[in-house]
Amino acid sequence: MSEVSGVALSPETVLAQMKQNGVTDVVWLPDSETNWLYLLMKAEPSLRLVGVNREGHACSIAAGLAAGGRKPLILIQNTGMMESGDSIRGWLLGLNVPVVMMVGYRGWTRHGLTTDTAATYTERFLMAFGLNYYLVESDADAPRITAAFEEAARTKRPVVVLVGDEYHGFNR
Amino acid sequence: MMRIAEALEAFSPHRGDAIVVPGRGGRYWVERTARPELDVPLGDPAMGGHAGFALGLALAHPERRLVLFDSEGDILMSLGILATIAEQAPANFYHFLLDNEVYATTGGQPVPNAKNIAYDKLALAAGYPRAHAFDDIADFARELPAILGRPGPVFVALKVFPEIENAPIGQRRRWNTRSRDQVLADLRGALGGTAP
Repeated sequence: MSEVSGVALSPETVLAQMKQNGVTDVVWLPDSETNWLYLLMKAEPSLRLVGVNREGHACSIAAGLAAGGRKPLILIQNTGMMESGDSIRGWLLGLNVPVVMMVGYRGWTRHGLTTDTAATYTERFLMAFGLNYYLVESDADAPRITAAFEEAARTKRPVVVLVGDEYHGFNR
Repeated sequence: MMRIAEALEAFSPHRGDAIVVPGRGGRYWVERTARPELDVPLGDPAMGGHAGFALGLALAHPERRLVLFDSEGDILMSLGILATIAEQAPANFYHFLLDNEVYATTGGQPVPNAKNIAYDKLALAAGYPRAHAFDDIADFARELPAILGRPGPVFVALKVFPEIENAPIGQRRRWNTRSRDQVLADLRGALGGTAP
């Protein structure tokens, strides 16, 4: 993770990726990384924001949106992703929903000396569910977000983008 | 109380071209529907999620009524979804609750505090503009046209008799003749969409 804000992952870049990939609805629950992104999304007329209060709800809502022909994005934190295990299993994997989940990687340190158990279990959780994932830390990583959308469409499965930039780009 | 089948019979003539998510009423609904291509009987992908799934579909197709038959066990697991539905306020969303006060599919064990929860009041408190509660089929049948004749979102709690299943899951009659993939493909076909 860079200490230079100029090479952080900016919310403008994330929003541009959403638009480039045709996202219609963002089903989300705020975390410490997404306030600036929220302001941008709220001002973007092509996006509908569906706020939830428990992350598992995002899975069933996204499944319904996708069944109806929309292209949702799920935006949550790793803690909530782990809370959502059964909904990921049943609603996303079970219904073959091609959705990208952008997941704030709370506790990510890059050097491996992780003290936050939210980070300790994140990638283990994803591997247990067989969910492929891409790590993004800066604007230079933005093409990986498009790769995730392409993979989700190709495989008809949820694909995760881990956002490892807490307290930098999104909270400037 | 009323039987689930009676409640669905009362609803059936008023269905029109609504999308129906029958939830745990699915095994009764598949025998009564005249528009299976607009039904979304998914069984139980993950408990607590029927309302969220139905909300997503309602938002995707605001031009059609979306009718959900939820259950009290599901909604208690996800009470927060009521706030999300109320905030989105889809005018095409008709949220019916089949409340039998027990976990019927696991043998009829009691739902916590089942006899004292006012689900209609929970929905109103979460921000639904309208909510009703019925425990008599005649009252429900009489009021249903007016309920469906007004915009949603609306919440309708129905007290139904428990119809308990005790057979091991593997020995139960399979009521859904279509796979989930087929159900969704049929729905997209009926709605004129393509697979995402």
